[in-house]
Amino acid sequence: MSDDMDFEEGGTIKKFMFVNRKAPYGTIYALEGLEVVLISAAFDQDVSLAFVDDGVFQLVKGQKTDGIEMKNFSPTYRALEGYDIEKLYVDRESLEARGLSEDDLLVDVQVMSAAEMGDMMAQQDVVISF
Amino acid sequence: MALEVNGVSIETDEEGFLVNLSDWTPEAAVELAKGESIDLTDSHWEVINFLREYYDEYQIAPAVRVLTKAIGKKLGPDKGNSKYLYDLFPYGPGKQACKIAGLPKPTGCI
Repeated sequence: MSDDMDFEEGGTIKKFMFVNRKAPYGTIYALEGLEVVLISAAFDQDVSLAFVDDGVFQLVKGQKTDGIEMKNFSPTYRALEGYDIEKLYVDRESLEARGLSEDDLLVDVQVMSAAEMGDMMAQQDVVISF
Repeated sequence: MALEVNGVSIETDEEGFLVNLSDWTPEAAVELAKGESIDLTDSHWEVINFLREYYDEYQIAPAVRVLTKAIGKKLGPDKGNSKYLYDLFPYGPGKQACKIAGLPKPTGCI
Protein backbone atom coordinates (compact mmCIF):
# COMPACT_ATOMS: atom_id res chain seq x y z
CA MET A 1 0.00 0.00 0.00
CA SER A 2 2.66 2.44 -1.02
CA ASP A 3 1.48 5.90 -1.87
CA ASP A 4 3.94 5.86 -4.75
CA MET A 5 2.07 3.06 -6.44
CA ASP A 6 0.56 4.17 -9.70
CA PHE A 7 -2.85 2.57 -9.99
CA GLU A 8 -3.67 4.46 -13.11
CA GLU A 9 -0.73 3.57 -15.28
CA GLY A 10 -2.11 3.38 -18.78
CA GLY A 11 -5.65 3.78 -17.44
CA THR A 12 -8.15 6.49 -18.10
CA ILE A 13 -9.42 8.87 -15.49
CA LYS A 14 -13.18 8.78 -15.28
CA LYS A 15 -15.54 11.34 -13.83
CA PHE A 16 -17.31 9.85 -10.82
CA MET A 17 -20.14 11.62 -9.04
CA PHE A 18 -21.50 10.36 -5.75
CA VAL A 19 -25.01 11.64 -5.14
CA ASN A 20 -26.09 11.87 -1.52
CA ARG A 21 -29.85 12.06 -1.05
CA LYS A 22 -30.50 10.83 2.48
CA ALA A 23 -30.27 12.30 5.98
CA PRO A 24 -27.04 11.35 7.79
CA TYR A 25 -28.54 9.10 10.45
CA GLY A 26 -31.46 6.68 10.45
CA THR A 27 -30.07 4.76 7.49
CA ILE A 28 -26.52 3.66 6.75
CA TYR A 29 -26.46 5.25 3.28
CA ALA A 30 -24.68 8.49 4.17
CA LEU A 31 -21.88 6.84 6.15
CA GLU A 32 -21.39 4.05 3.62
CA GLY A 33 -21.41 6.59 0.79
CA LEU A 34 -18.74 8.64 2.53
CA GLU A 35 -16.57 5.55 3.00
CA VAL A 36 -16.87 4.68 -0.69
CA VAL A 37 -15.85 8.25 -1.55
CA LEU A 38 -12.77 8.01 0.69
CA ILE A 39 -11.79 4.69 -0.87
CA SER A 40 -12.33 6.05 -4.38
CA ALA A 41 -9.73 8.71 -3.62
CA ALA A 42 -7.04 6.02 -3.70
CA PHE A 43 -7.65 5.42 -7.39
CA ASP A 44 -6.90 8.92 -8.65
CA GLN A 45 -10.22 9.41 -10.38
CA ASP A 46 -12.07 12.68 -10.95
CA VAL A 47 -14.45 12.54 -7.98
CA SER A 48 -17.25 14.92 -7.11
CA LEU A 49 -20.05 14.80 -4.56
CA ALA A 50 -23.58 16.08 -4.92
CA PHE A 51 -25.92 16.73 -2.02
CA VAL A 52 -29.62 16.88 -2.83
CA ASP A 53 -32.91 16.38 -0.95
CA ASP A 54 -32.30 15.34 2.69
CA GLY A 55 -28.67 14.68 1.73
CA VAL A 56 -27.96 18.37 2.45
CA PHE A 57 -28.42 17.58 6.16
CA GLN A 58 -25.19 15.54 6.02
CA LEU A 59 -23.21 18.78 5.77
CA VAL A 60 -24.98 20.78 8.46
CA LYS A 61 -22.78 22.22 11.21
CA GLY A 62 -23.17 21.34 14.87
CA GLN A 63 -24.47 17.79 14.62
CA LYS A 64 -24.98 16.25 18.05
CA THR A 65 -25.54 12.51 17.99
CA ASP A 66 -25.18 11.55 21.68
CA GLY A 67 -28.93 11.18 22.05
CA ILE A 68 -29.19 8.58 19.27
CA GLU A 69 -25.99 6.77 20.26
CA MET A 70 -24.48 7.14 16.80
CA LYS A 71 -21.01 8.34 15.95
CA ASN A 72 -21.05 11.90 14.62
CA PHE A 73 -19.13 11.39 11.39
CA SER A 74 -19.77 14.88 10.02
CA PRO A 75 -16.19 16.07 10.82
CA THR A 76 -15.00 13.57 8.21
CA TYR A 77 -16.43 15.75 5.41
CA ARG A 78 -13.81 18.30 6.39
CA ALA A 79 -11.10 15.69 5.72
CA LEU A 80 -12.14 15.36 2.06
CA GLU A 81 -9.92 18.28 1.05
CA GLY A 82 -6.89 16.32 2.27
CA TYR A 83 -8.01 13.48 0.00
CA ASP A 84 -8.04 15.96 -2.93
CA ILE A 85 -11.82 15.75 -3.16
CA GLU A 86 -12.79 19.36 -3.48
CA LYS A 87 -15.82 19.32 -5.77
CA LEU A 88 -18.83 19.40 -3.49
CA TYR A 89 -22.08 20.49 -5.13
CA VAL A 90 -25.22 21.33 -3.19
CA ASP A 91 -28.70 21.74 -4.63
CA ARG A 92 -30.04 25.23 -3.81
CA GLU A 93 -33.72 24.23 -3.77
CA SER A 94 -33.01 21.41 -1.31
CA LEU A 95 -31.23 23.81 1.04
CA GLU A 96 -33.97 26.44 0.83
CA ALA A 97 -36.77 23.93 1.31
CA ARG A 98 -35.14 22.99 4.63
CA GLY A 99 -34.52 26.55 5.80
CA LEU A 100 -30.77 26.18 5.32
CA SER A 101 -28.15 28.33 3.64
CA GLU A 102 -24.51 27.88 2.69
CA ASP A 103 -23.53 29.41 6.06
CA ASP A 104 -25.08 26.43 7.85
CA LEU A 105 -22.70 23.99 6.17
CA LEU A 106 -19.41 22.75 7.64
CA VAL A 107 -17.41 22.70 4.39
CA ASP A 108 -17.00 24.98 1.39
CA VAL A 109 -19.41 23.96 -1.33
CA GLN A 110 -20.72 25.14 -4.65
CA VAL A 111 -24.46 25.82 -4.44
CA MET A 112 -26.30 25.38 -7.72
CA SER A 113 -29.77 25.12 -9.23
CA ALA A 114 -31.37 21.82 -10.13
CA ALA A 115 -30.75 22.59 -13.80
CA GLU A 116 -27.02 23.19 -13.18
CA MET A 117 -26.87 20.01 -11.09
CA GLY A 118 -28.48 18.14 -13.97
CA ASP A 119 -25.81 19.47 -16.33
CA MET A 120 -23.09 18.32 -13.89
CA MET A 121 -24.59 14.85 -13.76
CA ALA A 122 -24.81 14.69 -17.54
CA GLN A 123 -21.04 15.30 -17.75
CA GLN A 124 -20.16 12.29 -15.58
CA ASP A 125 -18.94 8.89 -16.71
CA VAL A 126 -20.35 7.27 -13.58
CA VAL A 127 -23.06 8.49 -11.19
CA ILE A 128 -23.57 6.53 -7.98
CA SER A 129 -26.49 7.37 -5.74
CA PHE A 130 -26.68 6.82 -2.00
CA MET B 1 -8.10 -11.17 21.73
CA ALA B 2 -6.97 -9.11 24.67
CA LEU B 3 -4.01 -6.96 25.61
CA GLU B 4 -2.64 -6.72 29.16
CA VAL B 5 -1.79 -3.18 30.23
CA ASN B 6 -0.85 -2.57 33.86
CA GLY B 7 -2.79 -5.65 34.86
CA VAL B 8 -5.91 -4.47 33.03
CA SER B 9 -7.23 -6.42 30.08
CA ILE B 10 -8.05 -4.41 26.95
CA GLU B 11 -10.12 -5.93 24.16
CA THR B 12 -8.66 -6.05 20.64
CA ASP B 13 -10.05 -7.39 17.37
CA GLU B 14 -8.63 -10.28 15.33
CA GLU B 15 -6.11 -7.93 13.71
CA GLY B 16 -5.03 -6.41 17.01
CA PHE B 17 -6.86 -3.08 16.73
CA LEU B 18 -8.51 -1.79 19.89
CA VAL B 19 -12.23 -2.57 20.04
CA ASN B 20 -12.96 0.47 22.22
CA LEU B 21 -10.91 3.43 21.12
CA SER B 22 -11.37 5.02 24.53
CA ASP B 23 -9.22 2.22 26.04
CA TRP B 24 -6.10 3.78 24.55
CA THR B 25 -3.39 5.13 26.84
CA PRO B 26 0.30 5.79 26.15
CA GLU B 27 1.02 2.60 28.12
CA ALA B 28 -1.35 0.70 25.83
CA ALA B 29 0.58 2.11 22.86
CA VAL B 30 3.79 0.64 24.25
CA GLU B 31 2.13 -2.77 24.57
CA LEU B 32 0.56 -2.55 21.10
CA ALA B 33 3.98 -1.64 19.69
CA LYS B 34 5.57 -4.65 21.40
CA GLY B 35 3.11 -6.86 19.54
CA GLU B 36 4.46 -5.29 16.33
CA SER B 37 8.10 -5.70 17.48
CA ILE B 38 8.59 -1.93 17.56
CA ASP B 39 10.41 0.00 20.29
CA LEU B 40 8.77 3.39 20.37
CA THR B 41 11.14 6.34 19.90
CA ASP B 42 10.35 10.06 19.88
CA SER B 43 10.01 9.81 16.10
CA HIS B 44 7.34 7.14 16.49
CA TRP B 45 5.52 9.21 19.09
CA GLU B 46 5.52 12.19 16.76
CA VAL B 47 3.56 10.16 14.19
CA ILE B 48 1.31 8.55 16.83
CA ASN B 49 0.42 11.93 18.32
CA PHE B 50 -0.18 13.31 14.85
CA LEU B 51 -2.55 10.43 14.07
CA ARG B 52 -4.47 10.93 17.31
CA GLU B 53 -4.89 14.63 16.59
CA TYR B 54 -6.01 13.83 13.04
CA TYR B 55 -8.58 11.33 14.33
CA ASP B 56 -9.80 13.75 16.96
CA GLU B 57 -10.39 16.38 14.30
CA TYR B 58 -11.78 14.28 11.42
CA GLN B 59 -13.07 11.07 13.07
CA ILE B 60 -11.25 8.82 10.61
CA ALA B 61 -7.86 7.20 10.32
CA PRO B 62 -6.23 8.78 7.26
CA ALA B 63 -5.28 6.81 4.16
CA VAL B 64 -1.51 6.42 3.96
CA ARG B 65 -1.21 8.85 1.05
CA VAL B 66 -3.13 11.47 3.00
CA LEU B 67 -1.12 10.81 6.15
CA THR B 68 2.18 11.19 4.28
CA LYS B 69 1.11 14.50 2.78
CA ALA B 70 -0.24 15.84 6.07
CA ILE B 71 2.89 14.81 8.00
CA GLY B 72 4.98 16.61 5.40
CA LYS B 73 2.91 19.73 5.88
CA LYS B 74 3.20 19.64 9.65
CA LEU B 75 6.61 18.10 10.37
CA GLY B 76 8.53 18.92 7.20
CA PRO B 77 9.30 17.20 3.88
CA ASP B 78 12.10 15.07 5.40
CA LYS B 79 9.38 13.29 7.38
CA GLY B 80 6.52 13.52 4.91
CA ASN B 81 7.69 10.72 2.66
CA SER B 82 7.09 7.00 2.38
CA LYS B 83 10.64 5.96 3.19
CA TYR B 84 10.76 7.80 6.51
CA LEU B 85 7.35 6.47 7.58
CA TYR B 86 8.02 2.89 6.42
CA ASP B 87 11.35 2.91 8.27
CA LEU B 88 9.43 3.72 11.46
CA PHE B 89 6.50 1.40 10.72
CA PRO B 90 7.73 -1.38 8.40
CA TYR B 91 4.31 -2.97 7.93
CA GLY B 92 2.80 0.27 6.73
CA PRO B 93 2.36 3.63 8.43
CA GLY B 94 -1.37 3.39 7.77
CA LYS B 95 -2.14 0.08 9.36
CA GLN B 96 0.65 -0.33 11.89
CA ALA B 97 0.88 3.24 13.18
CA CYS B 98 -2.92 3.52 13.39
CA LYS B 99 -3.05 0.32 15.43
CA ILE B 100 -0.47 1.58 17.92
CA ALA B 101 -2.16 4.98 18.07
CA GLY B 102 -5.41 3.26 19.03
CA LEU B 103 -7.24 4.27 15.85
CA PRO B 104 -9.47 2.04 13.75
CA LYS B 105 -8.05 0.49 10.60
CA PRO B 106 -7.79 3.22 7.98
CA THR B 107 -10.73 3.54 5.61
CA GLY B 108 -9.57 2.60 2.16
CA CYS B 109 -6.56 0.72 3.49
CA ILE B 110 -5.81 -1.52 0.52
